[in-house]
Amino acid sequence: MALLSNTAVLLGKELRTEFRSRELLTTTVVFILIVVVLFSFTFDPTSAESRRFAGSLLWLAFLFAASLMLQPCFLREQNNDTLSALRLSVSDPFAIFVAKLAANTLFLLLTELLMLPVFSILFNVAIFPVFGRLVLVLFLGSLGVSIAGTALSAVSAQARMRELPCRYCCCRYLLPSWLPARK
Amino acid sequence: MTALVFSPTGIRFENIEKRYGGLYALRRVSLEVAAGECVALAGRNGSGKTTLLRIAARLVRPSAGTVNFSDGGGNVNQTAARMGFVAHATMVYDELTAEENLLLFARLQGIAEPAARAEALLRDVGLIERRGSLVRTFSRGMRQRVAIARALLNDPTVLLLDEPATGLDPQGVTWFAETLRRLRDTGRTILMSLHGESEISALATRAIRLDAGLVMADTCSGANLRSILTFADA
Repeated sequence: MALLSNTAVLLGKELRTEFRSRELLTTTVVFILIVVVLFSFTFDPTSAESRRFAGSLLWLAFLFAASLMLQPCFLREQNNDTLSALRLSVSDPFAIFVAKLAANTLFLLLTELLMLPVFSILFNVAIFPVFGRLVLVLFLGSLGVSIAGTALSAVSAQARMRELPCRYCCCRYLLPSWLPARK
Repeated sequence: MTALVFSPTGIRFENIEKRYGGLYALRRVSLEVAAGECVALAGRNGSGKTTLLRIAARLVRPSAGTVNFSDGGGNVNQTAARMGFVAHATMVYDELTAEENLLLFARLQGIAEPAARAEALLRDVGLIERRGSLVRTFSRGMRQRVAIARALLNDPTVLLLDEPATGLDPQGVTWFAETLRRLRDTGRTILMSLHGESEISALATRAIRLDAGLVMADTCSGANLRSILTFADA
């Protein structure tokens, strides 16, 4: 019960701070937009070949975005040592992780939903006929990616040169989520 | 929701050792802080004061040794402690308002009527007019007041204060000394790290000087107590 109530309070805090600062969302949306546009220049969007690889390209872009978005989620708690304040306040520290995980999944899903129409236009891929199933796949993929990314962010927050191992490990541990989702 | 019932709490450090790689921050520190005592920790930078306080707050795990909390009768009771911790960093969110910060931590701690508690504390720390302002717009002293309010949310039985007067103006120091006096007189245990003499150090009933992770002096006598605090500052 305490886990649930603490998670709800912390999730509210995550959403409020992010929607107020828009630090992660803005950076990630701009980044993923650049990646998708660059991909569209690299491949001929009218060819059947490009549509065959569209799923992989889309998830590759999301994977880059996830590595950018997930890595700083625990790092931000170190600015004012707020992680210590949270640890002193919560009855179950797992609530901190679950709240971060839920927030990251939501942010990632939001980024993906914002990017879908752009991707659809640039790659000439119809998404409306499969929109329902696509959202389910995006949700499950985002959840898988967020579980690995949030855990790595928590582990690497105290490390030196944390960006490098986090991104490297992110790509390795995100593969199990990425491979089925790109289909 | 937690009903805030007060029970006096003591702290016992037994052979506490903390190493960071090959560097010793604390070497076999054994201390007993009785329930209701107000202890000033003094010492040069890097002497181990912050590490000792963070170990007491269970934020840092000691390399060796144990920390136990005891109830008023001296019996070990790990759940007796309700801690308030003020650190070097403010431990509050810049992107939230002063009121949102206090509400967040009050809800996490399961405090009954969090809004009323947050409002009372904001009034106490003199920030009621700025309750809706983002903490990032505050001066260092105002942030420190929010940090102190956060530490007092759960009506702590043990207060761990790491240079708590940082950033406070003279009126702020007077207000905080008065608050601490009230808490000390109602039986709260206070362990605080300080530099030099101040209105806050005058509240201490005991002073301990640390040097290179070792307890170098420990006194309850007034004159010695002052010398410990001033020598540490030299």
